[in-house]
Parts: sequence; structure tokens; C-alpha cells
Amino acid sequence: MSDQPTAWQLIITGDPALFEIVCLSLLVSLSAAALAAVIGMPLGALAALVRFPGRAVVVVLLNAMMGLPPVVVGLALYLLLSRSGPLGEFGILFTPAAMVFAQTVLIVPIIAALTRQTVEDLWIEYRDELTAMDVGPLGRITTLLWDARFSLVTAWLAGFGRAAAEVGAVMIVGGNIDGFTRTMTTAIALETSKGNLPLAMGLGSILIVIVLLINAAAWGTRLWSERQVSG
Amino acid sequence: MMRALMSNLPLLLDDVSVRAGATTILDRITLTITPGAPTLIVGPNGAGKSSLLRLCMGLVAPTSGRISWGGRTDHAPVRRAIVFQRPAMLRRSVAANVAYGLAQAGTLRGERAQRVAFLLERVGLAELGDRPARRLSGGEQQRLALARALARDPEILLLDEPTANLDPAATRSVEDVVRMAAQSGVKVVMASHDLGQVRRLAGEVVFMVRGAVCERAAVGDFFDRPSTSEAATFLRGDLVI
Amino acid sequence: MGSRLVSFTFAVLFGIIAGSMPTLAEERSIVVASTTSTQDSGLFGYLLPIFKARTGIEVKVIAQGTGQALDTARRGDADVVFVHARPQEEKFVAEGFGVKRFDVMYNDFVLIGPKSDPAGIKGRDIVTALRTIEAKAAPFVSRGDRSGTHAAELALWRQTGIDIASAKGPWYREIGQGMGAALNTASAMNAYVLSDRGTWISFRNRGDLVILVEGDKHLFNQYGIILVNPEKHPSVKKELGQAFIDWLISPEGQTGIAGYRIDGQQLFFPNADKRGR
Repeated sequence: MSDQPTAWQLIITGDPALFEIVCLSLLVSLSAAALAAVIGMPLGALAALVRFPGRAVVVVLLNAMMGLPPVVVGLALYLLLSRSGPLGEFGILFTPAAMVFAQTVLIVPIIAALTRQTVEDLWIEYRDELTAMDVGPLGRITTLLWDARFSLVTAWLAGFGRAAAEVGAVMIVGGNIDGFTRTMTTAIALETSKGNLPLAMGLGSILIVIVLLINAAAWGTRLWSERQVSG
Repeated sequence: MMRALMSNLPLLLDDVSVRAGATTILDRITLTITPGAPTLIVGPNGAGKSSLLRLCMGLVAPTSGRISWGGRTDHAPVRRAIVFQRPAMLRRSVAANVAYGLAQAGTLRGERAQRVAFLLERVGLAELGDRPARRLSGGEQQRLALARALARDPEILLLDEPTANLDPAATRSVEDVVRMAAQSGVKVVMASHDLGQVRRLAGEVVFMVRGAVCERAAVGDFFDRPSTSEAATFLRGDLVI
Repeated sequence: MGSRLVSFTFAVLFGIIAGSMPTLAEERSIVVASTTSTQDSGLFGYLLPIFKARTGIEVKVIAQGTGQALDTARRGDADVVFVHARPQEEKFVAEGFGVKRFDVMYNDFVLIGPKSDPAGIKGRDIVTALRTIEAKAAPFVSRGDRSGTHAAELALWRQTGIDIASAKGPWYREIGQGMGAALNTASAMNAYVLSDRGTWISFRNRGDLVILVEGDKHLFNQYGIILVNPEKHPSVKKELGQAFIDWLISPEGQTGIAGYRIDGQQLFFPNADKRGR
């Protein structure tokens, strides 16, 4: 047992494998969060602004989908991306691209649902002015998203946090391949199954610290730019 | 372009009513607004002044009756602008708020900076262009809302009690902007329940009670010789019920 | 305004696509569906760098239970399967999903249990030991995940004459997880558990657990390797996959397997059969 390095020793010695895992985790989850923002924020704004029959159903559905089980998303995408599945010919199963895809699907509902709430509140305030200025549907969406940008940081962080923390989806579509699709969370699961509980816990602490740092950075940026731009 | 050829005036309301359920908000109003000195809409709270302005802007559709702007019945707010009693400030800088209004009115990108500077100068906010709009005082916010409305280069400017919550100094600076706009040829239609303000700004008065137009007169006639007992009661300072 | 965000996002996306391109385009890599025991024991971590240095071929290992690994291969999502449940492997080949099966190596299963040995089975043969555990309803952890080890455990129960499907009670706990998870569970509950020796030797969270039964001929554990049939799945990289198989059963690969040791103990014993079947 003494020959097993602890997670902190790996950090101090700058272990390249650990560095690679951390980088991949961040790359995958940040990309998924960015993609999900590009898809989910306009979607949420649309759900906030457009009145149509069955809108209440869509809103409830969107809110419920915030709790999508990662393992179900992973399984569904596995069947989709598998060589025997409809998207099999692209051969992206067991690659980082598949992991980004899965996490994006997982967090689009989170970002969309939180965006809808934020945009709807702002729309109540802006409705008369924007209508009086004859702002078209597209202009309304971009205006509201832009003016709500500081609140939307919170929605984005919720999505990113979920992506960084989940293991079910990336495990299934990524395959936890050493040096290729191994992320912080799948590495933790692996070390746990090897009985390396201290190493697993150490990796868990590193993950928590990283997520904490990203949250702090995002909040810091938010506070700083809010002070610059808006009251 | 087309929009330069189209005019909003005269603004015609022909037997217009607005109802919400069983409640009548505006009751069979017939009114013609033509170019000229400011029209002030006067009346007790709940008389329907705000609703009338929203109707004139095209924000509310009449339940019955017809409304037309320069002969057009589509309600696209071309060269029409409104300042609400509590205008919403976009979460941007003062200058960006005006630039937004300019962009929506179709001002070309290259001309906006110069127009922003001109409009802020006109409302006395030239020094505050970089400030977040939501940090302005109440009077400053009203003047910014005026600049944003003037950015639409309106023929007709609708104002909903823009000085209701302001101190006298702020009221004066808002009134100055309104007067300047009127002098430059913009038709001002403004709701107010401050009779002093009506004397200072009005060319004519539309007096409303319970959703209906009760009396319409030149400002001097309204104050000196009110033709209805309701107007006389209102001018004495008694409650009109 | 929003355009900066959009262009940033696209930059990130292109980064990802560009980042995964070389690996997509790089034909010098294969996917091997294998078992948790080969990965958790650390064998691949030792063996694959040697293979890569020799051939330049990158081997990506998906560690699953034997049943799941064979399913992954059936769907065409792996080039090679490397597992340990002979009847299932032979069925896989017979159905046409695999080209040919080769023996690679063996190790053995061991029956693990708490040092205090409440059922009193230490040193017995495996059949007697399992009968005793059942009779005394001593806590027993089963993988329950269609893995090779699970299949071996069920085969051992059949040899005891006990129909475990009907005999199982609260003492028999199917966890549906990998070998390491099963050992963690047994360690936490002080239960008996069947494990492959390799995973046991490399397992770090033993608690009070020790080996109680070993060396029985019934506990033999054979590993086999199969190339997925390119006629079923044209995406299979048959040359590279075959190169990996050929190397594993070559003298060099076999020596490599024999050379993997933890704390001086050899974990796997090469016994390649070049003919395959």
C-alpha cells in the first residue's frame, strides 16, 4: 500500500497523467457548457417569450428535464452513437466528442429552464418599452439575453457544475479509456473500484477545488463587470 | 425611404372603447390630434389617461371603434414614441440606452455616436453617458427616457405623467426638454394632474372623467370658462366622482 | 454583443473537433473491450506501453464485465474482445461475431472471506466451502453482472448441486457491479466473495479480508482473445486488431504477461494456443 502515491503527491510532483485527466475533464465540461449555453439560452428565452398552446406543458417538461439521470442520457446516446446505431458511421463513440455531446444533452434543459425564468422576469419589466420601440422577436431575445447576462452566469454555472460532477454519461459514452477519455469522475470511480479509496478521495478533493475555483472566477467576473456596466 | 413619407398625424379616434371583461376602461372616445401646441390630458386618477396614451401608441387594441394614424390603421409605431410613468432602463450605460433606441428606429450605425451625443446634450445628460442607466436619479431617468424616445425622431410624443415623482428642479428640467421638443415641431400629448404644469405647457386640454372625454378646450378657456360642472369641480380642487 | 460569445463557442468547438481529429484519423489505434479484472489488476497499464513501443499501435481499453464486453463487440463498438468466460466466447464466435478465439493466459479464482471465517471453510475444497456457506447462510457477495467471474461463480454453484436461484436468501447479495466494487462491498460487510487472483492482489482496501480457499482445479480461470468479425462490422480494424492478438500470443507478449508482478507475485500465467479455434 505504501507504493501508492496520494493525490496530493501527484499534484506536487506534477504527474502528467493527472494533469491530462484534469485538462480533459475541463475541456469536455467547459465545451459542453458552452455548447449548451448557445443552444439552451435562446431556447429558454423563446419559451419565456412565445405564447402558444401547451406552453405550460413545455415549461413543466423543461423543469423536469433538469433532473435527467446522466446514466439514462449516456445509455440513449450510446445506442445512438454505437456502430449499430443510427449515428454509428461517424465513429465518435468512446471519444471526447461523444462525451461533450452527452453532457450537452444533459445540461441544455438546466440552462434553458433557468434562462426561461430569468428572461421571463426581465420581460415583464421590458415588455412595454420594447413593444413601444417596435423591437422584433429576434431583437427581443437578444436584448433580453444580453441584459440578463449577469444573472445568466448563474444558470451557466449550474449547467457547468452538473457536467463536471456527473459520471454516468461520460462513463458509458466515453468508456473511461486511459489517457483518452478518462475524466476526473471516471477516474474516481475506477480508483474506488480498485480499492484505492484515499487516492479516489484525493482526486475528488481536486475536482471540488477546481469547480470551486471556476465558480469563484465566474462570480468575480460577474461582480466586476456588473460594477462597470450596470446598476 | 417609405417611413419618411408616412405621417402619423392626424391621429383619429373614432368612437373607441376599451373594455377588460365587464370593466369599461375607455368609453366611446372620439378625438382628433393634429399638429400644433402640446395637448395635455387632464383628469382625476383612474380617469383613463394612461390607457388613452397606450391606445394612441398602439399598445392596446380598441375593443370597438376605429383608430388611425395619418389614415393608416396598422399600429406599427413608426415615428411615434412614448415615455412611461416609470420607464424601464435597459441594463446598459446611458449612452447605450439612447443608441439602442436609435438602432431600433433604423439609424445607421455610423451616425449613431453623433446622434447619441446630440440627444444627451439636448436632455442635459451629456456628462453621464458612461454611467449605468439604472444608477441615475428619477429625474435623470425620465430625461434619459425622453432622449430614447426622441431617438425615434417622433412626429408625435406621448408622455405619461413624466414628472409625477420628481422634485421641482427635476420637474423643470424635464419640462424644458418637453418644451424644446414641442418647439421643434414634435406633437406632444402628455398626461398630467399637476394644474400648474398644464398652464405652463399646454396649448389645449383634454379633460377626462371615468374613461370618457368630458371636455376639450384651449388652455385659457379651460381654466377661465370650464363648460362642464365636472371640470369646474376639478379646477376648484374638489373630488370628481 | 452576443457575437463574441458565439465566436468564442465556435472556437472551443473547433478546438474539440480538431483535437479529436488526429485520433479519429489516426488509424494506428484500436478499441479493446475487456474485463474489469484485466484493468483493475493493472495488467494493461503494464503491457500496453510495451506493445505501443514495439508497434506504434495505441490500444484503447473499455473495461466492462465479460457479458457487457461481448455485447459492446456485438454492436461493432470494439475491434477486439479480451475476456474470460469460455462458453460465452465460443458462442460469440459460433454466431459469427468473432473471427477466431485464442487462449492467452490464465490465472485462478480465489474465495475471499473475513479472517475470522465464521463459516469455517478455510482450506476446504471450493465445492464444500460453497455448500457450507449456503448451509450456514453466511453473507456472500455475488457480482451479479454477467461478468466472467459471475459466470464462473454460477458454474461452481451448479457443481455443488445447489440451485442458487431458488436457494438464495438475504445472505446472498448480488451487487451488479465490477470486481473492485464487489471486494469493497465484501470488505465493508465482512462477507465471502469469489474474486480473480489478479484483482485481489492489486486490491488496496482489504480490511479484514483474506484468501480462504485457493488452488482447487475448479478455480482455473482462462482468458481468451477474439478479433471482432469485419464481415459483420466493416469498421473493425482487422490488421491492427490481429496484430495485437498476434503479439499477445507471441513469445514476446507471453513473456510480458509473465513479467507483470505486484509485490513479487505473478498475476497471470501465459498459456497461448497458437492454433486458436
